[in-house]
Amino acid sequence: MAEYNPIELMICVAARNLEDGATVVVGTGAPCAAAMLAQKMHSPNLCIMFEAGGVAPILPSMPISVGDSRTFHRAILASSMPDIMETCQRGMVDYTFLGGAQIDMYGNINSTMIGDNHAKPKVRFPGSGGANDLASLCWRTMMMTVQDAKRFTEKIDFITSPGYLRGGNSRYEAGLPKGTGPYRIITNMAIMGFDDETKRMKVLSVNPGYSRKDVQDNCGFELLWADKLTDTEPPQDDELRVLREEVDPHRYIIGR
Amino acid sequence: MDSMELKQGVNELFSDPDADRAREFFRQKSRAMVNKVTTVSEAVRTLLNDGDYIAIGGFGANRIPTAILHEIARQRKKNLAFAGHTSTHDMQILVGGDCIDRLDIAYIIGLEARGLSPNARRAVESGKIKLTEWTNATMSWRIKAAAMGLSFLPARNMMGTDTFTYSASKEITCPFTGQKYVAHPALYPDFAAIHVHECDIYGNAHVYGASVSDQDLAKASKRVVITTERIIPTEQIRQAPHATFIPFWCVDAVVEVPFGSYPGNMPYEYFSDEEHLREWLRIEKDPEEFKKFFKRQILDTKDFYEYLELNGGIEKILKLRAIEHLIEKK
Repeated sequence: MAEYNPIELMICVAARNLEDGATVVVGTGAPCAAAMLAQKMHSPNLCIMFEAGGVAPILPSMPISVGDSRTFHRAILASSMPDIMETCQRGMVDYTFLGGAQIDMYGNINSTMIGDNHAKPKVRFPGSGGANDLASLCWRTMMMTVQDAKRFTEKIDFITSPGYLRGGNSRYEAGLPKGTGPYRIITNMAIMGFDDETKRMKVLSVNPGYSRKDVQDNCGFELLWADKLTDTEPPQDDELRVLREEVDPHRYIIGR
Repeated sequence: MDSMELKQGVNELFSDPDADRAREFFRQKSRAMVNKVTTVSEAVRTLLNDGDYIAIGGFGANRIPTAILHEIARQRKKNLAFAGHTSTHDMQILVGGDCIDRLDIAYIIGLEARGLSPNARRAVESGKIKLTEWTNATMSWRIKAAAMGLSFLPARNMMGTDTFTYSASKEITCPFTGQKYVAHPALYPDFAAIHVHECDIYGNAHVYGASVSDQDLAKASKRVVITTERIIPTEQIRQAPHATFIPFWCVDAVVEVPFGSYPGNMPYEYFSDEEHLREWLRIEKDPEEFKKFFKRQILDTKDFYEYLELNGGIEKILKLRAIEHLIEKK
């Protein structure tokens, strides 16, 4: 079996979720790498979009900014931020990826602050950027993250981007578009989805080298478990070769 | 939908969304197609007042009007409210100059994949800047609402989150479907600066590549300065009227500033100076060192060209041009 690191595994798993012909809004880093890998492996017509306006570029290298010239290099369209966000709001964007400092059992994400005083935060992060918009308006939201009990926490300090809010039907009742929400949380230890009824985070498969106990011990809330829990299929040789040689040859992302 | 309790954000709205007061302003705004070419210092002196609400075009470190940002700091403009929409290096400069005291937040203090700005972070964590939360789409739509001459636009983002709670938006009900929406207040900035690829002396401008929110920003803002890589004859505008990105009546001043997005990326012209941007992030870790750096780089330089010269001048631009065009250079 091939040797690989956690970020390579997360990128390979994320890429397998992006089917041909779908649309995905990505940021810089691992999400962009996952989308590029998917294009080169099995989804040549995956449409990659960037929030500043770049649509379907032929990416010559990893962008540094979601608005830099790489994001519309030989692209189909260089439009605007409202155009991309309105395309999401219209229901034309299938997937997006988010990151964050904290996530709870309903997939709500904090990328704004730590502390309890908004006017004077203990630790300040950049804020929503486009994250709240993409989490609200794209059909399926995914997250790639290293898992630990501080990050996966019972109560997050600030809900920047909506997951299933308080579970059940609360996301739809809050006014957010029907049928949207978190889809997969891909960590170094496991792949999670969400329970159909309660909307709580549910482990679907455990990654090679980790046990069920590892996954629960590194999570600050009680996880649900799929009836047919499986082992995550590790990265294949051809996935790793394309990721290392074509997607990220300088190891900007997979070398972290 | 069983619960129809309508909520509203608790934070301060830093600008007036009233469409009729905006119309009164725009009624007075000149429509004359006259020569608007001026200098950076004159444009900032005459068009920007202490206490104004300002917005910056481009995307943080992509297609930014660096010369105007530096001059705002050099002229010690104070108590500005700032649209922290896709802001990165632009906000680094304004916070470095201690120019802002109110901040609409969509994306702040970060430089995307490069990391976080220690100085901007300290300023925000100190509590001395008033903060209201929004999102990138919300800020785009607030600007679009103003460009449309409205006082708000409905949207389907932000609901149910703390981002909404700490905003100044309000929930409303659709009169046709009963659907819950969030109403985002229009944003009419007092002042906007936008860097473009080319424009004529009247401010008719072309922009190439992703446009972010700049077309709406030029319409929404009361006073608009365009900095441009080059001034072109109006005949070039007239040959391709479909390509006009900003028309003259939005524009108050035009300044020709070649390489004017440096150290930011200018699509099809030059890439961002990653070395210099990382130097900022490194030096900002030490507040005293950063003060000296900011003084040497910006406050004590007489203009943008002295700053560019200090950081490698035309030779640096040629390197960045090669990177932009994916040309391997020895």
